[in-house]
Amino acid sequence: MSHANGAGQPAILVEGLTKSFGDVHALRGIDLSVPRGTVLGVLGPNGAGKTTAVRILTTLLLPDGGRAVVEGHDVVREAAAVRRSIGLAGQSAAIQEELTGRENLEIIGRLYHLSRPEVRVRARELLEQFGLADAADRTAKTYSGGMQRRLDLAASLVGRPRVLFLDEPTTGLDPRARLGMWDVIRSLAAEGTTLLLTTQYLDEADELADEIVVIDHGLVIAAGTAEDLKGRIGGDVIEFTVPDRSRVTDAVKAITPIGEGEPHADLETGVVNVGVGGRGSDALIEAVRSLDAAGIVTRGLALRRPSLDDVFMALTGHAAEDEQQNGRRRGRRRSGDKETTGATS
Amino acid sequence: MTAIAEPTWAPGLGSRIRWGISDTLTLTKRSLLVWLRVPAYLVFTVIQPVMFVLLFRFVFGGAIPVKSPGGYVNFLLPGIIAQTAAFSTFGTAIVLAQELKKGVIDRLKSMPIARSAVLTGRLVADTGRMLITILIIVAVGYAVGFRFLNGAGLAVAMVVLATVFGVSIACISAFTGLAIGDEESVQAFGLIWIFPLTFVSSAFVPIATMPGWLQAFANNQPVTYVVNTMRAMALGGPIAANLWKSLAWIAGIFIVFVPLAVRAYRRAA
Repeated sequence: MSHANGAGQPAILVEGLTKSFGDVHALRGIDLSVPRGTVLGVLGPNGAGKTTAVRILTTLLLPDGGRAVVEGHDVVREAAAVRRSIGLAGQSAAIQEELTGRENLEIIGRLYHLSRPEVRVRARELLEQFGLADAADRTAKTYSGGMQRRLDLAASLVGRPRVLFLDEPTTGLDPRARLGMWDVIRSLAAEGTTLLLTTQYLDEADELADEIVVIDHGLVIAAGTAEDLKGRIGGDVIEFTVPDRSRVTDAVKAITPIGEGEPHADLETGVVNVGVGGRGSDALIEAVRSLDAAGIVTRGLALRRPSLDDVFMALTGHAAEDEQQNGRRRGRRRSGDKETTGATS
Repeated sequence: MTAIAEPTWAPGLGSRIRWGISDTLTLTKRSLLVWLRVPAYLVFTVIQPVMFVLLFRFVFGGAIPVKSPGGYVNFLLPGIIAQTAAFSTFGTAIVLAQELKKGVIDRLKSMPIARSAVLTGRLVADTGRMLITILIIVAVGYAVGFRFLNGAGLAVAMVVLATVFGVSIACISAFTGLAIGDEESVQAFGLIWIFPLTFVSSAFVPIATMPGWLQAFANNQPVTYVVNTMRAMALGGPIAANLWKSLAWIAGIFIVFVPLAVRAYRRAA
C-alpha cells in the first residue's frame, strides 16, 4: 500500500487515553502500540473499557484526554482519514436482516463509492471467502448466528481496511460458530491486516493474538504474549466443589502441597481451585488421592485451562467482575483477597 | 509525527456534494428495499390508513354533522391525510432506534460516507413512503365519494403541504428515535404525543363540538392549521391565513428539531 507514513510506524498508537461518562471513568490513561500486520488482543471483563477504547479508535466517540493515532492519522483531528483506513465489526451483527447477504455487501460497496461492477465482484469475493456463497441470495434473517457474524465481518472488509477492529467478535456464538469465526480471523491476520480484537476469553486471545493487553477498570494491567500471561498464572488449574461447606478449609489444606501457589477457596459456594503449572494429570491424580485420604467428598473435580478469572486473580487479586449475566462466572466471587497468590506483581 | 495530508482525503465541495447525494440515495434505496420486504411495514403504512378512511366514512361519519360541501367524506379526507402523514413517522423513529441498537448506525458512522447521509437517506425514504400512502388514501377516498372541488393545481398543493408537514413531524420522530434509542419506549412515547396532536384537532370533527378547554388547544395547534389549509385547498374557501400559520409552524418545527436530530445522531451511542 503506498502510504504517506513510514513503514516503521505502528498501525495503532494510543497514549494516555482517558474517557469518562459522568462519574464512570471508562478509560483512565491507556497506552497501546500495535505494529503493522500484527494482531493485538485486548482482554478484559465487561465494563473494563474495551468497547470505549474501540469506539474512540473508530471515531465514534471523542476522548477526554490523551491521543490516538490510526495509520498515522489522529482520530480526533483527522477522523475522516481514519475512517478510510479502518473496518469495524461490533458485538452484534450490524447487518440489515431483511436484505440478502449479497444486498448487504453491495450497499456497503456503494457507500465506499465502488463502481457497480466492482461492487458485484467485491461482494462475490467476500461471500465466497466467508462461506456464504450458497446463502448469498437468502435474506440475512434466515442465517444462523455464526453466518450473521461472518456477514457482518465481511461487511467491515468491503472497503479493504488496513486496520480492522473486532469488538468481541465471538460473544454469543455457539462453540462451533466460534471456531469458524477464529478460522476467518486467522486468515485475515495471515493476509497482513492489522487487527485489534477485544475479547473476554483468554483462549480466544491466546489463539488469535500476537500480543495481549489485559485491561481492568480502564487501565492496562498487563501486556505481553499469551505465554507471558500464562506463565504468571502458573499453567493449568485444578478445580472442584466441596458440597459440605464446613470441609472447605480441610480441602484447601489437603491440596496446598500439590499446587504451585496458594489455592483459592470460596466459602459460600464451596468452589476450590489451585494452579498446578505444567504437571497437569499427575497433579490431578495426587489431588484425588489426598482429598480421598482426608475423607473429603468433592463434585466436578477436573483439570482445566486457565480462564480469564485465573488471569485476573493472578494479576489483580480479584475476580473479573462481570456485570452482565454470565452463568459460568456468577457467584464465584472469592471470599477473601488475603487468600490470593503472591505469584505475581 | 505529523500526518501528511493526502489530497484525495480533502475532496472539493463539488464532489463532496455529489458523494453526499450518492450516499443519501444509496441509503434511501436500502430503506425502501427493507420496507418492501417486510409485510408488517406495508400493512402499517397502507392497510391501516385505508381502514381509517373506511371506518370514519361509514361508521363514525354518519354521526358527525359538518358544513363542508359534499358532506363528511370531503371533510374527512384532508384530515385523515394529515393524520396519516404524522402517523407514518412512527416508522422513522422506530427504525432509527432499531438501527442504533443493532449497531448499524455505528457501522455507518465508522465508514467514510457523508455525515448527513444516514439521516437524509432515512427522511427521503420515509417521504417517499408517505407520499405513496397519501396517494392511496386519495384513491380510496375517490372510491367512497370524496371529490376535489377546487381544481387540480390546489389538489396538488394540498398533497405537497401534507407531505412537507409530514416531513417536519418526521424530524421530531427522528429526534425521539435517536435520543431514546429503545424501540418499545420510542413507540410508547410516540403514542403519547402523536395521538393527541392529530385527534385533538380539526382533522376528524368540527372543533366547536369539543369542550371549551380542549378547543383552546385544538384551535391553536399546527395540525388544525394544516388541516384547515388542506381542506380549503381541496374544497374551496379562504386559504391564506391558515397557510401562513401552517408554514410558520412547519418552519418552527424544522428550526428546532433538525438541529436536535442532528445532535442526537452525532451523540448516538
